[in-house]
Amino acid sequence: MRFLQALFRHPSGRIGASIIAIYLGVALLGALGLTPHNALKQFPIDRLKPPSLLYLMGTDLLGRDTLSRLMLGIGQSLVVAFGSVAIATVAGTVIGLLAAWWGSLWDGVLMRLMDVLLAFPAILLALLIIAIVGPGPFTSVTAIAIVYTPIFARVVRGPALSLKRREFVDAARTFGSSQAYILTRHLLLNLIAPLTVQVTLALAWALLTEAGLSFLGLGTQPPAPSLGLMLSESRNLMQHAPWLMLFPGLAIMLGILGFNLTGDALRDILDPRMQGRPA
Amino acid sequence: MNYVAQRLLTFPLILLGVSVLVFVSIRLIPGDAITAMLGTEAGLLTSEQRAVLARYFGIDQPIWSQYLTWFGGLFQGDLGISVTFGRPVLSVILDHFPLTLELALLSMLIALSAGVPLGVLAATRNERTSDLVVRVLAMLGQSTPSFVLGLLIIYFLSVVFGVVPTMGTFTPLTVDPLASLGQLVFPAITLGFAFAASVTRISRSAMLDVLGDDYIRTARSKGASARSVVWTHALPNALIPVVTLSGVEFGYLLGGAVIVEQIFALPGLGRLVLNAITQRDYALVQGSVLFVAFNFLVVNLLVDLIYVALDPRIRLGKR
Amino acid sequence: MTASPLLRVRDLRVGFGRQPAANEVLKGVSFELAAGETLAVVGESGSGKSVMALSVNRLVDFGGGRITGGGIELCRRDGSILDVTGATEHDLRHVRGRDIGMIFQEPMTSLNPVHTIGRQIEEAFRLNRGITGGAARAAAREVLERVRIPDAKTRLDYFPHQLSGGMRQRVMIAMALASSPRLLIADEPTTALDVTVQAQIMALLAELRAETGMAMIFITHDIGLVAGIADRILVMQAGLAVEQGETTRLLDHPEHDYTRHLLKAVPHFSAGQATRKDGKRDGAALPIVKVEGLVVRFPVGTGLFRPKGAVHAVDGVGFDLLPGETLAIVGESGSGKSTIARAILGLIEKTRGRVTAGAGHTRRPIQMVFQDPFASLNPRLDVESLLAEPAVANRQRRDAGVRDRMRLLLDRVGLPQDALSRYPHQFSGGQRQRLCIARALMLNPDVVVLDEAVSALDVSVQARVLELLIDLQREFGLAYLFISHDMAVVERISHRVAVMYAGEIVEIGDAAAVLSSPQHSYTRRLIAAVPSVDRRHRHFAVDATQVPSLVRPAGYEPAAARWREAGNDHRVRLEADA
Repeated sequence: MRFLQALFRHPSGRIGASIIAIYLGVALLGALGLTPHNALKQFPIDRLKPPSLLYLMGTDLLGRDTLSRLMLGIGQSLVVAFGSVAIATVAGTVIGLLAAWWGSLWDGVLMRLMDVLLAFPAILLALLIIAIVGPGPFTSVTAIAIVYTPIFARVVRGPALSLKRREFVDAARTFGSSQAYILTRHLLLNLIAPLTVQVTLALAWALLTEAGLSFLGLGTQPPAPSLGLMLSESRNLMQHAPWLMLFPGLAIMLGILGFNLTGDALRDILDPRMQGRPA
Repeated sequence: MNYVAQRLLTFPLILLGVSVLVFVSIRLIPGDAITAMLGTEAGLLTSEQRAVLARYFGIDQPIWSQYLTWFGGLFQGDLGISVTFGRPVLSVILDHFPLTLELALLSMLIALSAGVPLGVLAATRNERTSDLVVRVLAMLGQSTPSFVLGLLIIYFLSVVFGVVPTMGTFTPLTVDPLASLGQLVFPAITLGFAFAASVTRISRSAMLDVLGDDYIRTARSKGASARSVVWTHALPNALIPVVTLSGVEFGYLLGGAVIVEQIFALPGLGRLVLNAITQRDYALVQGSVLFVAFNFLVVNLLVDLIYVALDPRIRLGKR
Repeated sequence: MTASPLLRVRDLRVGFGRQPAANEVLKGVSFELAAGETLAVVGESGSGKSVMALSVNRLVDFGGGRITGGGIELCRRDGSILDVTGATEHDLRHVRGRDIGMIFQEPMTSLNPVHTIGRQIEEAFRLNRGITGGAARAAAREVLERVRIPDAKTRLDYFPHQLSGGMRQRVMIAMALASSPRLLIADEPTTALDVTVQAQIMALLAELRAETGMAMIFITHDIGLVAGIADRILVMQAGLAVEQGETTRLLDHPEHDYTRHLLKAVPHFSAGQATRKDGKRDGAALPIVKVEGLVVRFPVGTGLFRPKGAVHAVDGVGFDLLPGETLAIVGESGSGKSTIARAILGLIEKTRGRVTAGAGHTRRPIQMVFQDPFASLNPRLDVESLLAEPAVANRQRRDAGVRDRMRLLLDRVGLPQDALSRYPHQFSGGQRQRLCIARALMLNPDVVVLDEAVSALDVSVQARVLELLIDLQREFGLAYLFISHDMAVVERISHRVAVMYAGEIVEIGDAAAVLSSPQHSYTRRLIAAVPSVDRRHRHFAVDATQVPSLVRPAGYEPAAARWREAGNDHRVRLEADA
């Protein structure tokens, strides 16, 4: 609670967290089927209607309601983003922590493996995975998770290495504390702050990548609604129906902005330099 | 020297890992290797033809021997044959690469020349209006996906100004430099925009950190002017993280080129990979991914060397 | 000499933050400084002494400080008087460097890491004297020679990280001298340095002052250090100047309580006169810890196949520790004293040698207290979890018995019972170190290794923690291995002393004997370098001895040590040329 209060006191944290909260709410409504119209049903009579009271964000070429599709699309994006980042966080943290703790040979082997993954530009690695498995939301989750795992491993390993050399870890060893105790209480507990920041920023990036893959036609497959796909479908219609481009574009941007702003705020709040140290 | 030696030693190791990964990943494709190589046409083959092909491609050999043959081929530039083009993969890639490289370099140039001065400006005017404006812009820039920005640019160019950007063809730099650059300006802005935003943010925070360092106080105590403090004392130190970022970011640019080339219909390497995936031209996918990863690694090695040149603490050992 | 002083500070007030007037760190300080005079400003951390120093040339502006009241008048070279508080940044730039030079506490971070030291010194000449090019380089070389940097010509092309701390501080001094300032402000210039290096820098400053006739403001927390160099002393506490006066008068007849307290709290080194009289060695007792032939080496310059050499951090060290006694290991940074502590606790691997713990009364008879009380407590755990950790680690339940022990120890180290639910950042440095001591006693050890355990504390806090340690030693019958660089602290707490130099013990024995009649040349040098109020009239001699490199080629073995008895329980290592 104190943590949320601090987040809401931070100017960009307030905006970012509000956006995330709204997106979660919208996604929940979509998941419960509480959309203004049926997102999949086509109304050929109402093709390419500009925004109106009936269709707040207009309709597409097949007469489907943009707002309803947007709501489902946001849900879809969030599921992929949260799923992939969760996997990457766990895998990356375990790898980075163990590499730092075991050191020498293990460190070298694990981190070189991570380097191999990092040698591929993110989207290209995702494309390679999609080429093998075939497109779809699960592939997106896997691809983004694999792309982000080495980044988390690096993010964890650096601080874990410096924590390992801290005097409180030495002190723990002089008492004979077990490795499990030291790894969880002394290392992991102190890594939560940097991890939280990184998770938030990773969510922004995952949102971006999911939309990008869908935009390329390699993520969510039609007719399921997805922000990237909607944007891609709008390309040939932009002269006649700019709203088809505008709303999904804004939705993607705002979502990414929400996570980026929150990540920034968290970085400020959780920065050890900012925390009171009686000197 | 130690650091450089270490980088040079791990470089081939990682390259080896990359090649294994790419090789294995193609083997993971459901169905047998001939299908993987020939795509849908494989369905028309008789079993005798398959056996002949298997021997021809060496697929009847154990996997490690196949890998060694394939790996050996890499050194002769043999990345296999593209089914869709009916030509060696390498020559197809080299046809499409110049565009992507030019695009990536141009966006990097745009990003650095906009981001570094803006970041420095914001840092020296910390907490004032101009700093705030730069920070808000950078935040928005970082949150704008290239495909949204690209579509917006096309929309404004075509619908509002009635200008249709050239699409589908590309004038190489060597043929007509001005036309070539002109053609790539908007795609490069699209691609480099988010990067410029990150450069701005990193330069700003690095600059702020450095301006609080003890040696800046020393410089001031000598009577150095504000300009000299910022440009000769602080900037070389603040550039170190920017250089690191640029190396990583170059990979994103090469990857991001996939999307931008798709939006602006540019016949570059990114679009080539995309088409290869949809057309199941696996040799071409494999070759292109390997090619890009190789370039990315080389660039990162170069960036490391620049990094070393900038920071004497690494250059002369003792961390 | 003209009537107007070089510097006149009147009722100076400096505040920080958005409302500087409400957050004043300096609450009205006044003093005058005549040309050529040296003023020492003494105070503990938080007294505002550094802010005061930075205000004189307005560098405080860049740290977010604002002058909220009072005035600073500086008599410039041409005789004009400049009002520093109202001066423009343009004027101030010419004051900085030209009229006022400055050196700082952290020589490791005060030089720009990406420029050569030559370039940085040349810049000072260019800015303040307009000398450029070859002339600037020649001048830089000359000034480096003046601060006694050997081989100055090649050193010009060095980067800061290639020099030792003492060397870097000399470079800083050279840079400040480049403009021949009339006032040099030295902000704790030797605090981060070893005591023998500190003595070298002090001697250098005294000499340069005599050569150039510049005035000096010397900021320090160590009143003993400035006794020999200052004409006048100003004592600061909580942003106020509580007392100022001529050095001898102030030291011999302090008027303010705080000055008296400072003079009493500062551990005065008295060459073996103030050692402990209790707990003399009982020859019949069995040692609780016995260290034999301890060798610790770290491979360096890892070649492709085998290390090119090794740092001989500790080489052939042996001693024993009896129950209830304190053995101090003194030495400077890099002498290997902390490595011994870590090897005894098993935190680093021994290359050779044996550490045997006698029959103690617990499974883990040796515990340790570390130097930095901020780094040795996990910031994310509350005090109860911190204190419980040793018990949990040894398979005890966190039950009433463990809680009782926590309360008992909190009480013994002088912390309130409600501390249990608090977090480390809610305590001061001294309190944190008390927590660390309590934690080390949780397992009821026989031996506590104290690795620079009081070095990071302010002097008055330090004195109280030392008393606490002595009380606890008596109550629990503890043996201490007390590792320190501070001779005065060592004199107060130890029964026996071992002097470390370059990885080896060079002298060991009864504390009074070693400190009062040091035999080894290094011990003598170390003791001579200790600043002291009592010995303030002794002249600092310039001594540029460098610590030898500890890196040896692979396979190198030092010659076996030969020892000489210098008296009852006092052994000295024979020197190579002796």
